[in-house]
Amino acid sequence: MDYTLEEFKHCDLLSVSGRIDSQTAPELAEALDDILDQGRYNIVLDLNDVLFISSAGLRVLINTQKQCKRLNRGEVVLARVPERIYEAMDLAGFIPLFEIFDDKVHAVGYF
Amino acid sequence: MSDKIKKTVTFPATYESLAAISKFVIAAAEAAGLSDKATYGLQLAVDEACSNIIEYAYEDLEAQGITCTCRVNDRSITITLRDEGRPFNPKDAPEPDLCSPLEERQVGGLGLYFIHQMMDEVRFSCESDGTNVLTLVKHRS
Repeated sequence: MDYTLEEFKHCDLLSVSGRIDSQTAPELAEALDDILDQGRYNIVLDLNDVLFISSAGLRVLINTQKQCKRLNRGEVVLARVPERIYEAMDLAGFIPLFEIFDDKVHAVGYF
Repeated sequence: MSDKIKKTVTFPATYESLAAISKFVIAAAEAAGLSDKATYGLQLAVDEACSNIIEYAYEDLEAQGITCTCRVNDRSITITLRDEGRPFNPKDAPEPDLCSPLEERQVGGLGLYFIHQMMDEVRFSCESDGTNVLTLVKHRS
């Protein structure tokens, strides 16, 4: 798994690639925690280049969403979710918990 | 029914092996001619099962191996995972929470839920020598 971070005025864009499994989910959690630690709670997670996400990765998404939405201080939104990953998220009942955008521009513009 | 393909590989029971296990499973699924969707489902089920073995079966034991066997015949693809860790009782796993609001949402039990959703047959057994065997079957049609 790799990621790149871009800071915008109203949100941070974290673009992730590769596999998010039990091995790599802690690295993603750390990257997201680093953003939260700066007091930034509006996050776009671009999943376009993610090949695979297991329940360990989904746990990271939901834990981060819980932290961001607490006290109405922000939100995690998802951009460019690959079809297979969308299907797994749908099975897990995750779709109602995240705003999902087809492209990065609209996702960043949401904030 | 005779197997057209049968391959066995033993991987170290560590999270570092998960990517290699996925590669092994994807190669078998492609050889069996599974669709992209079925291949992803198989990959997810095996990844969740192996993560559970590493996290729970070998929790505080010296990590040994996960022996992964893949068999393909005309009707199905079967993945068998063997480990020497603590036996798994599916009844011990929490029920997945699929619909609570965000602040109440629990995230346990999703792995086992995915395994059952993605596979057509799931069987847990423990052999007399203490080997745990998890059999995952996906029909090809």
